[in-house]
Amino acid sequence: MTEDIPLATETVKRFFMDLPFSKFLGLNLDGLGGGRAKMSMPYQKKLIGDPKTGVIHGGVVTTLLDSCCGAAVMTAGSPKFPTATIDLRIDYMRPAKPEHLIVAEAKCYRITTAVVFVRATAQDGTKEIPIATATGAFTSPF
Amino acid sequence: MQQLRGHLPAHFEYKKSEMQKVDKINNQDLLRKETVISLVKGIPFCQTLDIQVDYLGNEITTHLPFNQEFIGNPVIPALHGGVIGSFLEITAIIQLSWTSFLNSNENKGISEGGNNLIEDKNIMSDLPKTIDITIDYLHSGLPLESFARATVDRIGRRYASVSVITWQTDPNKPFAKASGHFLVSRS
Repeated sequence: MTEDIPLATETVKRFFMDLPFSKFLGLNLDGLGGGRAKMSMPYQKKLIGDPKTGVIHGGVVTTLLDSCCGAAVMTAGSPKFPTATIDLRIDYMRPAKPEHLIVAEAKCYRITTAVVFVRATAQDGTKEIPIATATGAFTSPF
Repeated sequence: MQQLRGHLPAHFEYKKSEMQKVDKINNQDLLRKETVISLVKGIPFCQTLDIQVDYLGNEITTHLPFNQEFIGNPVIPALHGGVIGSFLEITAIIQLSWTSFLNSNENKGISEGGNNLIEDKNIMSDLPKTIDITIDYLHSGLPLESFARATVDRIGRRYASVSVITWQTDPNKPFAKASGHFLVSRS
């Protein structure tokens, strides 16, 4: 997944960007459409989870991945309802490098009328290996 | 009466050393509480979310006060799944740090005199690192204060398994739960 993700429906975009918690974390929606989404989040001192290393808290990465997956789900078809996370598993591969922008990309890989299955990765731009990956099941908005 | 006199001297007085022991145990308990609080105070993200800790014996309950900024769906309205996930993960880390801290201190507790040196060890020195965490969203989180409690299911030399639940009004009806694996370093 790269920059070729089209920017889609203004409504879905606005829904995610206007969320209080998105603003709180400074999330940015960089690409959206066709069951895929790309979001980024700048490094902030208030998000540090380990004061010794300055690495941001895992929970922050969870939020970014959850939002990114949710946005991808909303564009996998024509949504009739909002979606909700059923479950989300996060694997932390390595610590995020302090001061680096974190970019998440999500893709729906199975869409049914009941459940949408999504995978996502988060990168800090320093290595090939993602900082974290996510696997989630969401309620279907279709 | 004669028998009693044999055990209790007429002019009875507690020894100074005995009273010092009482103080020492009591101070140990205060130190334990301060240790948990300092852990939460030391993590910026906990401060950002304004997470509070309650401490009963060795059992910790965390609180996440409601904040408008935590809304993830204003229509329902519901807390953001990311906030819930973060809160669960933080609770797991706090409980795990505390459990491994007690273990590594070989602090056998107040009942055994609590004469180990809590103040010499820094609970922050090696925070557990999350390997993975799976979050189950059971219901949407209401715009209310949330509480969470974690159980350390297993703690070994390197790995630990922790499960966490969070609730708002009834502890028997959690609205989300999580289980995760963590890397721990034990000195």
